[in-house]
Amino acid sequence: MSEARKDDTILDVKNLQTVFFTNSGLFRAVDDVSFNVRRGETLAIVGESGCGKSVTALSVMRLVPDPPGRVVGGTVTLEGTDLLSLDEAEMRKIRGNRMSMIFQEPMTSLNPVMRIGDQITEVLRLHQEMTSREAWAKAVEMLRLVRIPEPDRRAQEYPHQLSGGMRQRAMIAMALACRPALLIADEPTTALDVTIQAQILALIVDLQKTLGTGLILITHDLGVVAQTAQRVIVMYAGKKVEEAAVEDLFENPKHPYTRGLMASMPAVISFGAKTDARLNEIPGMVPSLTNLPPGCAFAPRCSLAIDRCRAEYPPLQEVDGDHFAACWRAAELVGAP
Amino acid sequence: MFAYIVRRLALMLVTLIGISIIIFVLLRVVPGNIVDILFDAAGFVDPTDKANLEKELGLNLPIYQQYLNWIGGLLHGDLGYSYVSEKPALQEILPRIPITARLAALALLFSASIGIPLGVLSAVHQGSKLDYTLRVVSLSGLSLPSFWLGLLILMASVSLFGTMPIYNPNPKTWTEAFAIYAVPAMAVGFRSAALTMRITRSSMLEILRQDYIRTARAKGASETSVNYRHALKNAILPVITVIGIEAAFLIGGLIVTETVFNIPGVARFLVEALRWRDYPIVQNLVMLIAVVVVVANFTVDMLYAAIDPRIRYGD
Repeated sequence: MSEARKDDTILDVKNLQTVFFTNSGLFRAVDDVSFNVRRGETLAIVGESGCGKSVTALSVMRLVPDPPGRVVGGTVTLEGTDLLSLDEAEMRKIRGNRMSMIFQEPMTSLNPVMRIGDQITEVLRLHQEMTSREAWAKAVEMLRLVRIPEPDRRAQEYPHQLSGGMRQRAMIAMALACRPALLIADEPTTALDVTIQAQILALIVDLQKTLGTGLILITHDLGVVAQTAQRVIVMYAGKKVEEAAVEDLFENPKHPYTRGLMASMPAVISFGAKTDARLNEIPGMVPSLTNLPPGCAFAPRCSLAIDRCRAEYPPLQEVDGDHFAACWRAAELVGAP
Repeated sequence: MFAYIVRRLALMLVTLIGISIIIFVLLRVVPGNIVDILFDAAGFVDPTDKANLEKELGLNLPIYQQYLNWIGGLLHGDLGYSYVSEKPALQEILPRIPITARLAALALLFSASIGIPLGVLSAVHQGSKLDYTLRVVSLSGLSLPSFWLGLLILMASVSLFGTMPIYNPNPKTWTEAFAIYAVPAMAVGFRSAALTMRITRSSMLEILRQDYIRTARAKGASETSVNYRHALKNAILPVITVIGIEAAFLIGGLIVTETVFNIPGVARFLVEALRWRDYPIVQNLVMLIAVVVVVANFTVDMLYAAIDPRIRYGD
């Protein structure tokens, strides 16, 4: 890691551990995960449902519902401030201000009984000294920035009067209103129509560039990753299993799970291709986090697993320059799957 | 919206006509009228005297004729004469209304101002000692009949202060007015407060799980703002419904409470009139209660639209 990169770092997460206490026992939703985000950079976090992507994001925001969850270890440093040591009042000054979050469900993430304008105004007035008139003007300006037509009128409307795409735009406007250093987008396009997905994604990336915001994009869609991210981390069963620059990852995935994910991406059927080609899948299921195998959590589904995989958890190792993978056999895996 | 209100008002009118027929018929289905009761007490029956009295009171007319007379009178503001006091029914009923209205309003105010904040508190601290304590107290509120609670309050007041609040139409001091109205209002409102608390709690628990609550936290909103500004406004609809229904149930509670505390309100008067089969008083009072209930329901529906922008009454 070069010095220049360190200076630019806005978020540094080290050895983050988040556990949930449930009736069926304790499980480690996020287990020893480290990553960092630079100014203006997009970091994608990829993985299947339940792999700990969202909990990682909520841990960074310190919004993990407690009980049952709790961040039990590691450090989260945003612009030099150790977030995990702040008290709740200090943390509130950071949320929505220096760091904000967009959620997966635009249909349910906005308060149905508050006008769109009021919901954006609220975040501005919480963090900035503004009269309500100034804040409203700023809210309308934010709606214009996210390319909502007729922002003056839309600000007066309630969430149910807006389409899903519009609502997600409003969420983005709200999240970016205070010009945060870091934006976390948790599957921001998953719940939207395919045609809208691309627009929203383009909007997020565009605004991120203009405003110089660091972006953590959580997704299970590798297509989205390829379009937007500079760096990618792949998570499986609460652990980071691979991290690389996006080109490296696509050209040379080093973890069998990453390779499995790529192989199971549906390719656009081109003329002449076999139309009855079956989609690849990763056999088996994500293991229950309360009952993980002693070795590599992916071993039961991995065609390359050897005895060592089942006995010992492979440490995260640098396999190439700035390319990390947690697999005993990473060195043997070369080229695209 | 305007068309909706007009239609709603028309429907209210139909409901009230229906209610008036039911009241009227039910009253006359109950065996014995005032004449029977009077003559039974005398222990001697002269059929001609009885027939004369029935004729005087108009009880010999066919039932539909009696009904039309009543409704016709109502439309002219003539409620008839009380059989017992022989004064115009309006004069008997009117002065009693403010007493009961004051009690009912205080009871509702009490139940909302106690029930809603405690319900929020209970939901926010779900599973805590506070939550369990509040739930037990509210369960007791639902199980204690208001007349028994009223008696307990009276006994406590006697043993603590050596006296108990006695109704006085013109209370001299603020404390006297409080003792006269607020204490019975609390006795009758305790049940509503308990119910309001439980509904608020369960509604809040539902809302606190919603995504937009997480969004509010992600904005940096304080817990107070999250609970009251974001959650309560969404959770309040079922609470309003319950308070609206309680407003109607309150009359039942007031009948016993007015009796226990010896307050000359409408509710106690209704029971007395019923004992004498004082038709003009009973049917007009029940009609009044029906109007209150129908108007309360209408108000609740209008409040829905005012609070939740997704609810619009069209066409």
